[in-house]
Amino acid sequence: MAATEQSAGRRLATLLYRQPRLTLALLLVPPLLYLLVLYLGSLASLLLQSFFALDDFSGLIVRQFTLRTYANLFSPANLDIIARTTTMALAVTIADALLAFPLAYYMARYATPRTKAALSLAVVMPLWASYLVRVYAWKLLLAKEGIIGWVFTHLGIGWLLDGILALPVIGGPSLSVSLIGTFLTFMYVWLPYMILPIQAALERVPPSLIEASADLGAHDNQTFRHVILPLALPGVVAGSIFTFSLTLGDFIIPGIVGNSSRFIGMAVLEQQGTSGNIPLAAAFTMVPILIMAVYLLTAKRLGAFDAL
Amino acid sequence: MTASIEFQHVSRNFGAVQAVDAVSFAVNDGEFFSMLGPSGSGKTTCLRMIAGFEQPSSGTILLHGRDTAGLPPFERDVNTVFQDYALFPHMTVGENVAYGPMLRKQPRADRERLVAEMLQLVRLPDMANRRPSQLSGGQRQRVALARALINRPRVLLLDEPLGALDLKLRQQMQIELKSIQQQVGITFIYVTHDQDEALTMSDRLAVFNHGRIEQIGSPIDIYERPRTAFVAGFVGVSNIIAGALAAQFGAGSVAFAVRPEKIRMVEVEAAELAQSLPDGMQSVIGHVTEVIYLGMHTRYVVDVDGTQLIVAQQNAEETASTIQATRGRAVRLIWRREHTHALEA
Repeated sequence: MAATEQSAGRRLATLLYRQPRLTLALLLVPPLLYLLVLYLGSLASLLLQSFFALDDFSGLIVRQFTLRTYANLFSPANLDIIARTTTMALAVTIADALLAFPLAYYMARYATPRTKAALSLAVVMPLWASYLVRVYAWKLLLAKEGIIGWVFTHLGIGWLLDGILALPVIGGPSLSVSLIGTFLTFMYVWLPYMILPIQAALERVPPSLIEASADLGAHDNQTFRHVILPLALPGVVAGSIFTFSLTLGDFIIPGIVGNSSRFIGMAVLEQQGTSGNIPLAAAFTMVPILIMAVYLLTAKRLGAFDAL
Repeated sequence: MTASIEFQHVSRNFGAVQAVDAVSFAVNDGEFFSMLGPSGSGKTTCLRMIAGFEQPSSGTILLHGRDTAGLPPFERDVNTVFQDYALFPHMTVGENVAYGPMLRKQPRADRERLVAEMLQLVRLPDMANRRPSQLSGGQRQRVALARALINRPRVLLLDEPLGALDLKLRQQMQIELKSIQQQVGITFIYVTHDQDEALTMSDRLAVFNHGRIEQIGSPIDIYERPRTAFVAGFVGVSNIIAGALAAQFGAGSVAFAVRPEKIRMVEVEAAELAQSLPDGMQSVIGHVTEVIYLGMHTRYVVDVDGTQLIVAQQNAEETASTIQATRGRAVRLIWRREHTHALEA
């Protein structure tokens, strides 16, 4: 009995060895099924949904092609949401890139293996804790009685914080209920996703290129502008895809930290949940997808992927 | 004539490792100077100190009479061709070559003319719009050369530039490099571990070992008059004669070197020369233990009182059967006294 079982297993092994294409197919079908059918299929149905509309009287979805939902999407209130979300995503991305680059550069080029391991751990460790816990922690940090306000007060520059909070649109009664607070929380939460790809890109730049640049007469700032930055750009773009798209789609952070002005993610949640307007939710979802597509095409046009 | 580069007791250590140990030498203006040695012998570190990528731990390096201490690479009138070429992957060939002039903000028209001139010099005239990744190893090598030469440096540093090329291409590039050097008339400092390369191209070469220079001289000097056992063995092949056998050749030195091709091998029976050895000749008797046929010549290993000597003989008069028949024969080895080189300890 055992002998036949073994020989059956052996026959299977022989078959797979002789038919590498079969092996490949067996390995690739599950992920491809998942990606093509489930993911692209859902996207397609989403796109389709966005061309349906909700009947105003019955509240039922009319399965007929119409641009009415898109007309609704571009109403001033909704455009306001889109503009706010995109601006926030852009600001978070730029701030994260500026914050991440020096650290990534240090990790890639100067840190000893031990320091590098410690820094990598420090970068990744926040991801071990729940995202919700970290967001609520920021709500406490940013609260009026929180540590940030406390530090400002005790440094005698409470007036500076008050001045910042007095700014129109982005200010508020305290950091935790202002768009500045939302921005700070977003910036913190997505920072690791910016550091890691930039570091990976910088590590692939051979030191001889930097020496060659100096050898040919470039001062350090010229070497940075003409050699290091262009070669790190694919990493910056990869990181910005994370920070940008994650901010575009998030509905939790602006719900917890902020002045309750709405973002795309919150709008999608409301439309498909509370209001039951699936077509409008679908149309809202198309916005980040389109923005990302435009963003990536622009980046490609600007040569961000030339060094890949 | 002022020296182009002068090393004065230059040392460089990395932690406990002494990479360069109190090295002194001078390179003349317009010279093709090679630094030859095995890996880890300090030759590349010397090159990097000239370029400014490394600073000496002690000692002074003069560039055209000027002390280079603390001078960053971009303030030195030298350019480097890197071992891995170090071409910028995000720029075209033309942009790579124009990098120096671009930094100096030369007008675009001047830049384009210079780039065309340089690409002409390295015989890649139509490649300006290609990417480095689209070029072969030999072509990348030429682009690296053009990019370094466009700045019209007074000294060009080359760090094993032909190391990654195959033999045929390497030999072709050796000739080309030499002719480019003569065309542009600047000092070339060439680092290599390949003795053929160093002998073929150099006006003078320095043989490096363990962070020190063993010998400096013209290729003929180095090959024909090796001063140390290391030079005798690293540059070409040498028989090192030491111990009891060495006593026959004179006092004062413990070891001697003789090149295999300088030795003539004759059959003992046929050699009445034994009595009438001409003046200025030396001779020993042994028997052939090994015959290694190499086409153009044959290498014989001859045992002389327990010392194995290598003898290279042109296969001019030999036939297949006479070569094979030599094995085991008693032979007399004869060479000129001046080809016996006393070695420094």
